[in-house]
Amino acid sequence: MEKTMRKVFIGKYSELPERLGKTVIFGDQEIAVFKLTSGKIKAIENRCPHRGGSLAEGMVSGDHVFCPLHDWKVSVIDGLVQAPDEGCVQTFDVEVTDDQVYVFIND
Amino acid sequence: MVKQKLILIGNGMAGIRAIEEILKKKPTVFDITVFGSEPYPNYNRIQLSKVLQGDTEVSDITLNEWQWYEDNGIRLYPGETVTKIDKEKQFVYTDKGRIEEYDHLIIATGSNPFMLPLPGVDKEGVTAFRDIKDCEQMIDYSQKYSRAAVIGGGLLGLEAARGLLNLGMNVDVIHISDYLMERQLDRDAGQLLQKELEAQGMNFLLEKQTVEITGKKKVTGLKFKDGGQISADLVVMAVGIKPNVALAEESGIGVNRGIVVNDHMETNVPNIYAVGECAEHRQMVYGLVAPLYEQGQALAKHICGIEGQGYQGSILSTQLKVSGVDVFSTGKINEDADTKAIKMFDDWNGTYKKILVDEGKITGAVLFGDTKDGNRLLSLIKKGTDVEEYLNTDRNEESGVSLVAGMPDDEIICGCNGVTKGTIVEAIQADGLTTLEQVKGCTNASRSCGTCKSLVSDLLECTLGDDYNENQKETICACTDLSKDEVIAEIKEKKLTHTREVMHVLGWRNEEGCSKCKPALNYYLGMVNPTEYEDERESRFVNERLHANIQNDGTYSVVPRMYGGVTNADDLRKIADVADKYEVGMIKLTGGQRIDLLGIKKDDLPSIWADLGMPSGYAYGKSVRTVKTCVGANFCRFGTQDSVGMGIDIEKKFEGLNTPHKVKMGVSACPRNCAEGGVKDVGVIGLDGIWEVYVGGNGGTELRQAEILSKVKTQEEVLEVIGAFLQYYRENANYLERTSHWVARVGIEHVKEVIGNKEMRDALNERMDLTLSTIKEPWSEAVQNQTLLKELYEKVNVPTASK
Ligand code: SRM
Ligand SMILES: Cc1cc2nc3c(=O)[nH]c(=O)nc-3n(C[C@H](O)[C@H](O)[C@H](O)COP(=O)(O)OP(=O)(O)OC[C@H]3O[C@@H](n4cnc5c(N)ncnc54)[C@H](O)[C@@H]3O)c2cc1C
Ligand code: SF4
Ligand code: FES
Repeated sequence: MEKTMRKVFIGKYSELPERLGKTVIFGDQEIAVFKLTSGKIKAIENRCPHRGGSLAEGMVSGDHVFCPLHDWKVSVIDGLVQAPDEGCVQTFDVEVTDDQVYVFIND
Repeated sequence: MVKQKLILIGNGMAGIRAIEEILKKKPTVFDITVFGSEPYPNYNRIQLSKVLQGDTEVSDITLNEWQWYEDNGIRLYPGETVTKIDKEKQFVYTDKGRIEEYDHLIIATGSNPFMLPLPGVDKEGVTAFRDIKDCEQMIDYSQKYSRAAVIGGGLLGLEAARGLLNLGMNVDVIHISDYLMERQLDRDAGQLLQKELEAQGMNFLLEKQTVEITGKKKVTGLKFKDGGQISADLVVMAVGIKPNVALAEESGIGVNRGIVVNDHMETNVPNIYAVGECAEHRQMVYGLVAPLYEQGQALAKHICGIEGQGYQGSILSTQLKVSGVDVFSTGKINEDADTKAIKMFDDWNGTYKKILVDEGKITGAVLFGDTKDGNRLLSLIKKGTDVEEYLNTDRNEESGVSLVAGMPDDEIICGCNGVTKGTIVEAIQADGLTTLEQVKGCTNASRSCGTCKSLVSDLLECTLGDDYNENQKETICACTDLSKDEVIAEIKEKKLTHTREVMHVLGWRNEEGCSKCKPALNYYLGMVNPTEYEDERESRFVNERLHANIQNDGTYSVVPRMYGGVTNADDLRKIADVADKYEVGMIKLTGGQRIDLLGIKKDDLPSIWADLGMPSGYAYGKSVRTVKTCVGANFCRFGTQDSVGMGIDIEKKFEGLNTPHKVKMGVSACPRNCAEGGVKDVGVIGLDGIWEVYVGGNGGTELRQAEILSKVKTQEEVLEVIGAFLQYYRENANYLERTSHWVARVGIEHVKEVIGNKEMRDALNERMDLTLSTIKEPWSEAVQNQTLLKELYEKVNVPTASK
């Protein structure tokens, strides 16, 4: 089966809270969208590779988010879990035009 | 070169230490064989007390792993007992039929516990306290039975009793003398000790002589000479030890009380040595490890052909390994005709100090309550210092550092593991050690009973100089080298106003910190500046940000406040309606006397709070949690005060207060303490006409009994004491430090002093009131604030393409 990418609107840039995550639900996928201090928007899979913690609720520090369940540290840029833990989450491309934020999701 | 055959009988602490010393000096000269009756590698017998008290596990007390024997080419025969020595032909025989030849033989068979020859001593449930097997038996019994009797109120007996208490048993200690530890303490100290241990829950039967252990197959109790009796399911005999000399005696080696040795640990038979508790040196038999290690050293030198003056005997010091009790004694204990004594007795603080002086020199000391001076006194006795010198250099002047600086290199710092000053200093220098933990890891110093910790850190300080303090301080997290106190001082001085500013100005390594420092800084900033600081929700852990507790599956739990654990039909009805409407996963009564609604979807939280119309119970926060109450004077036949009213007042006053860690309280109306104030951060007990306030208790990970802070007459005063205490805790504790750890760290006496001072108390309460005036109820705030609702509680639902 061929996978297609879909560009979906997830909210206004100005309405996303800084240094916090937002949960975006798309069918049975959950995506965690973050607005970083730099102003950049990043989107990763909302499932910690450890025990499935909701990363959108984690504490954001720089380019990383700390999982709320057991404090694993995950990069919101490349989705990699930081040492000493191991693993990775899927990342999603983001586009911001004017005040509109879009995420590219596998349909 | 043919190796010389060296055999060690007894795989215990003294024998293996002697082998270690030999290997250090001549690693390749000997072909070593070790026989040990116990089926384990050499373990730390001292730590059995800690195993029993639950502070460590049997698996953690091994001193020499199996691998160590292998690495050093030592043949170990565990579980094998030597039964005969042929001193002419130089052979040993074992119970497994093995025969081995030796060139050198070391006997280190230790001691046997002394079992009183009472009728019934062979019944099931009677045990000594000497080895792993005994320890395991006691733990096993504690799971099946409830009553223990310990015969013997000396060091070992009291440590056993404390362990059994920790294991949940009721413990009677039977002692023949009229005060405890009479071999190490004088009467005054013994009586103080008794009071303290009684407060910990031990029951003492003094001046009692046991005449019979009753029961059929299993023990059921004890009978005493005066006709009295008690019941018991477990009897621990801790009345003393006797050197294990049977083997030596049967083999024709010279034995008195122990195996008689000279200064080089030689027996009267050529090539046979004895060390440890089985040896008798200058009419002394020792029962502690420090002397055994000195003996091991003397023996090793001699066997390796190194000249030395040999073993000269030891001055002992003892310390009791029972948490919450500090006793120390060394040298002479009791005055005789020629002795002068310096005594200080502080009944109020429960401390006692006695220093004995013979012909102008210090010869002994007994300390209770405050034992900081112990190491120094021991060292002064060893040096034969004039008492005048001690009195002139007040404790402040001769700091620990100059004390250790003056010690010779071969002075033993860690008695348990026989580690000398020289070894520690060398390790610090050679391996660049900077912390106590590293020294522990590299040298074994302070790995056992831990009483030499202060000496080790003094050595670190004296070896490293100024570098030491730099390295020792506890930093907030790995993002910075600053300690909490330094950061708070900078916040005040530079008037820093938000977490990122603190990180930036103070040069944080990670620009935006981590999950440890963010919430900590957020707390400190709010504590320093309660009226102006704007709490940063992004620096809060999810539970405190959303004011609900996240669950393993991403749902939340909701605990509404029920002041003092009191509810009413209206609230219960609302809770029931909410539970139905939102299909709550479970309704549960919490351990904090209220109701938990679990398994709630995040987006439902605000509407649930609106429906409930009750304030948040903060069951998720580093903040004031619950105030448990007992029934109290309005209903209970024993109640002396209105505990419910008092509890509700406390909860209403302090609800929502941010604290370094969570704060739980309890109010009871009589000493039965049904609200469990003894294990709360603040426990209040109402008595006739008086309220007692206890602080620093904990019923969680690390149990700790609360200590009395104050006794007052009125409800207002209770609130005043609690207000001052909580504010002082807020201002001084590290973030995530419970009151139990904090009080233990700074000492209850210090807290008493501060809270007892009217001026300080008022100032603390003023700052507390200011903070309390800024608190907003978070649930109603969320329900009313559209931005909050949108930013924090809403999820984005993207419709999937309809195909
Ligand atoms: C709900 C409750 C259990 C219950 O159903 O009874 C509970 C539930 C949790 N406790 Fe507790 N504790 C509860 C009473 C206790 C008690 C008993 C008490 O308060 O009387 C204790 C021991 C007393 C004490 O703290 O001194 C207790 C000692 C702990 C500890 C260990 C704290 C410590 O300093 O040792 C933690 C971990 C922590 O705080 O770091 C903890 C942490 C937790 C957390 C919040 C773990 C977490 O972060 O998710 C649990 C949430 C479970 C969940 O999925 O929602 N819970 N917890 C109780 C809520 C009481 C309330 O009404 O607020
Ligand atoms: C619970 C407890 C707490 C203690 N607390 C402290 C403390 O805080 N501070 C302190 O300094 N001291 C303390 N001690 C005392 C300390 O443990 C002893 O002084 C020390 O272990 C004695 O060492 P040892 O090698 O002489 O004897 P042991 O350690 O008893 O070793 C002797 C070994 O020889 C074996 N053996 C005996 N006969 C034979 C044979 N014929 N063939 C083969 N093997 C044989 C025995 O089974 C035993 O394993 C404590 C002791 C106990 C039991
Ligand atoms: S004891 Fe407390 S923290 Fe542990 S599982 Fe139970 S509720 Fe959770
Ligand atoms: S589920 Fe994320 S750290 Fe455990």
